[in-house]
Amino acid sequence: MNFDFATLAFLGFAATAAIAALATIAARNPVHAALWLVLTFFSVACTWIVGGAEFLGIALVLVYVGAVMVLFLFVVMMLDVDLAPLREGYVRYLPVGLIVALVMLAQILALIGVKAAAQMPLAENAAVASDVPNTTWLAHALFTQFMLPFEVAAVILTVAVVAAVMLTLRRRGGTKHQDPSAQSRVKAADRMRMVKMDAVKPEPPATEGEAAP
Amino acid sequence: MSDMPNIFAALTLGHYLALGAVLFCISVAGIFLNRKNVIMLLMSLELMLLAVNINFVAFSRSLGDAAGQVFVFFILTVAAAESAIGLAILVTLFRNRRTIDVADIDTLKG
Repeated sequence: MNFDFATLAFLGFAATAAIAALATIAARNPVHAALWLVLTFFSVACTWIVGGAEFLGIALVLVYVGAVMVLFLFVVMMLDVDLAPLREGYVRYLPVGLIVALVMLAQILALIGVKAAAQMPLAENAAVASDVPNTTWLAHALFTQFMLPFEVAAVILTVAVVAAVMLTLRRRGGTKHQDPSAQSRVKAADRMRMVKMDAVKPEPPATEGEAAP
Repeated sequence: MSDMPNIFAALTLGHYLALGAVLFCISVAGIFLNRKNVIMLLMSLELMLLAVNINFVAFSRSLGDAAGQVFVFFILTVAAAESAIGLAILVTLFRNRRTIDVADIDTLKG
């Protein structure tokens, strides 16, 4: 029975990912679910790094664990959700969910033919074969062949940021805040008003004793 | 161990595809089980996208084609945008209706 270290590492990470994914969907508290999901993403990133996709593994950790899951945690902690009614259908749908998931798993595994596919080792890493790092190999394709989709992805992200801000922006009446456009539009005449009025003579002090300051 | 392949011997395409299939089915079960909670539904969707990405990475390595990994890059981008907008909608929804129960969100029902 021979084994190599990379395969053992992959199996360990894969088992962690599967267990953490199960814990994600079984967790009662959404905060716990988000934390389990972080572990899932991290383990899967490790399997990608084992498989030679180093850039995507790091990107997954940075983008998902660093940004998206923190966003999830923020939202979950910000909303004061009553969790009890949300768990009502859990037991009722447990058998259906399990049956669907297991049947689907069996079908997918039969379709991909794991037994046959597990006898054929992965091809030589193309990036290693051409003697460049994975990031360079990926960047060659990304910035030549896929330049336009790359730009479109940037536009999509910008649109998403604007949309998310616009969706959650709330203008409350009665708050005092600056209006920059009004500030830059203002003229000197709007700030100061000259008033014509008659000169006023100060009245002479009434008594000697009280006049002294 | 005559007909069963030795899964410890070498890393194969089947390892990655099996991991993807397992995670995908777990997320399908998650959608069934947590079908009232929008936050859990979004998390299951993220898990499902991750399972699909595993397949892309595995085939990219197996075929020696960078297009698969580039596509994963784009999927990550779009998924990040999707979760940002989804959570923004969720916050707006909770602010207006004080609930995130899917069953209560039926205003558009004819």
